[in-house]
Amino acid sequence: MLSQTLQYLFSGLTNGAIYALAALGFSLIYNASGVINFAQGEFIMLGGVSAVMLTSAGVPLPLAIFLAVLITAAAGLLLEKLAIEPAGNAEVVSLIIITIGASIFFQGVAQVVFGKGQRALAPFTGDAPIMLAGASLLPQSLWMIGTGAVIVLALAWFFERTRLGKALLATAHNRLAAQLVGINTRHVLAVSFVLSAALGAIAGVVSAPITLTSYDVGIMLGLKGFVAATLGGLGSAVGAVAGGLILGLMEALAAGYISSAYKDAVPFVLIILILFFMPRGLFGARVTERV
Amino acid sequence: MRRYRGLALTAAIIALLPLALPNNYYYDVAVRIGMNATMVVGLNLLIGYAGQISLGHAGFFGLGAYASALLTARYGWPPIAAMLAGMAGVGLIAFVVARPILRLRGHYLAMATLGLGIIIYMVLVNESAWTGGNDGMTVPGFSLLGVTVANERAWYWVTGAALLVAITLANNIVDSPVGRALRALHGSEVAAQVAGIDTARYKVKVFVVSAVFASAVGSMMAHYIGFITPQVSSFFHSIELVTMVVVGGMASTYGAVVGAVILTMLPQLLSSFEGYEMIVFGLILMGTVIFLPRGLLPTIAARLRKTG
Amino acid sequence: MALLEVQALSKSFGGVNAVQDLSFEIEIGKIHSIIGPNGAGKTTVFNLITGLYQPSSGSVRFDGSDVTGRRPHELARRGMSRTFQNLQICFNMSALENVMVGAHLRLDQRLYCSMLRLPGIVRRDAVCRDEAAELMRFVGVGKYIGAAADAMPYGALKRLEIARALAARPKLLLLDEPAAGLNPTETHEIDQLIQKAASSGVTVVLVEHDMKLVMGISDHVLVLDYGRRLAEGSALEVRSNPEVIAAYLGVVAEGAGQPA
Repeated sequence: MLSQTLQYLFSGLTNGAIYALAALGFSLIYNASGVINFAQGEFIMLGGVSAVMLTSAGVPLPLAIFLAVLITAAAGLLLEKLAIEPAGNAEVVSLIIITIGASIFFQGVAQVVFGKGQRALAPFTGDAPIMLAGASLLPQSLWMIGTGAVIVLALAWFFERTRLGKALLATAHNRLAAQLVGINTRHVLAVSFVLSAALGAIAGVVSAPITLTSYDVGIMLGLKGFVAATLGGLGSAVGAVAGGLILGLMEALAAGYISSAYKDAVPFVLIILILFFMPRGLFGARVTERV
Repeated sequence: MRRYRGLALTAAIIALLPLALPNNYYYDVAVRIGMNATMVVGLNLLIGYAGQISLGHAGFFGLGAYASALLTARYGWPPIAAMLAGMAGVGLIAFVVARPILRLRGHYLAMATLGLGIIIYMVLVNESAWTGGNDGMTVPGFSLLGVTVANERAWYWVTGAALLVAITLANNIVDSPVGRALRALHGSEVAAQVAGIDTARYKVKVFVVSAVFASAVGSMMAHYIGFITPQVSSFFHSIELVTMVVVGGMASTYGAVVGAVILTMLPQLLSSFEGYEMIVFGLILMGTVIFLPRGLLPTIAARLRKTG
Repeated sequence: MALLEVQALSKSFGGVNAVQDLSFEIEIGKIHSIIGPNGAGKTTVFNLITGLYQPSSGSVRFDGSDVTGRRPHELARRGMSRTFQNLQICFNMSALENVMVGAHLRLDQRLYCSMLRLPGIVRRDAVCRDEAAELMRFVGVGKYIGAAADAMPYGALKRLEIARALAARPKLLLLDEPAAGLNPTETHEIDQLIQKAASSGVTVVLVEHDMKLVMGISDHVLVLDYGRRLAEGSALEVRSNPEVIAAYLGVVAEGAGQPA
């Protein structure tokens, strides 16, 4: 009994790590621009897909990972420069459609380059399951959880200790004030997209060995990342991580104890419940409108 | 009268188009265009005029389709009754979820409607005992008073009539106190409120109207194609519908029709781009919204007004 | 008879007491002004009265009934109308339609009737259109009758908003900084407009910073400071009140006692 619960726990944490990274990406971009980037999931996909293509072309794994992240980061920059900036102060509906369009575009490119099939990346350190109190854990899962943790710490250091990080935070709090003290907010916007894309790519690379990658994995992952971000509170980094882990756990428990067919419904039921009862999420900021 | 110019033009096009349609394949495309256009005329009331977002309207479309399918195939209901029952049912569901959902704005509203659409999709996929799941189910033809609407040509006229009715109803709403209230709540919700408009109730009303439009068209499409799968409620279909509104023209009934024409014909036009459809679709989507934010028809109309 | 009675009204926003224990009355048929330094809570009071904010405590009575906490559209139905400090114009509509929105409550609001375009609706809409054009001339923006709202200059838009508020034929008209951002000539025009509106039977309450405007047209002035009532009375009484001068009119102190 315990081992089964533990199994669900491991599964939940593993997926949760990916959702957390996706949620962080959403929060980063939302903070810098108020835009919800529907193409976030595609960053995850591009990371995984690029890594697979590079390794099957003979590139050694570490280099492939690095290049995959680079390629995706470039895609993020392109998205910001060519689609978000030109849109200016468009209405929310418009911005949503633009990022959805970008998502479809990226999927289209991946479909052409990668094909429609699913492929796996080789696990980083083999695939012999580790037994822990009766439950098995894949080494790759540890990689996923571990990478997630390292990234969260690295981001925390980045925001607390580096000038660029602080500039990002300042822009998130009050864009006009940030501009007035000399922060180049356009630059900040570009950086947040690049960072978000890199985060997504890392998540994609590290999860590809387990979840397999294909041109359309991004859709679900992106949506779930958004649910996680909203659960934790849009714009809050702590919230993103918490939301991701909670979502992963709830999915695993639902799959185990309720029904695996409706496992994928969990995030969407959850998002509706959150939006009805707790739209600010767990750690979100209070928003008051001035009339 | 000016107001009937557009309607007359559309009616004329519908009446004369068959002269240019060589075979049934073209009629099929025309029917699909007509159905999509009817659907997005309703959706435009919600998105273009009232300024709300829905990324889940294909869900209502699917519910209408499956209601018709189930009631006619399994329970032998007359198709018109099944369609009306579907519309009533969808209207009720939309009414129940509308109030809490429409308290949200912007991205939150988008996500809530998205979630709703996907939940509907999942239910349709998973309850395969009722719906046949991913394998789909067949739908009997549409017959009324013993007359069956049998082929593409007959459906063409039915769809044409439906489209004209939809355009008339939508235009009537727009040019009335209700329509002004909807546009006001888009322009400045708080100004509308202090003018006495219960904005929450109006949002619910327009949401329900657009959902009922979707359900009706879903029923029609189900009978026309004769076979449905849960894909009719997919997220991608919802996006297609929103794209038709955004590309053709927000807050423009005829713009929505134009959007439906363009996007329904796109797969045909893109067939030479075999394999590249998604790339082109994505580019069109982004390009239109960035460079023609008000949509094709309003932008063209504004240009003509400036030069005219 | 008091058209509006505010009793012990308070509003705090997470620890900040925007309005504290405020009580005052608005008499029918008079022009009232609410003044005070920035942050005194004037717009908050407006928002509390017009239902945009919920009071933390206290009550509001309008035209004899308790309307505390009622929503803006319900208050509109009872005869309250307002304009906004930050222009709230519907730029997606024409100027005329903006004013017609103000008359919404007097028109047929039934959905199915509009879908069917019943002749009654068409007729009343035509009448409404004429009335709206008349109102636009009344407030002095007659030359924009055929224009789109986003083609009008700021000063004209301020007046358009007043036209919209008047279209509801309200008993009480609340104007939030109607002269904000206007030059002296435009302010003088607003002054005349407000008097015109008041003489047509509407009770007017304004929040304003422009002292000349306030002192010139007000029958009654209420001074707020830090969310509390500081003083009230006729324009003359308030001008010579030392506390008011100290808190607010300090710069004009040298001129206090001199004729306007």
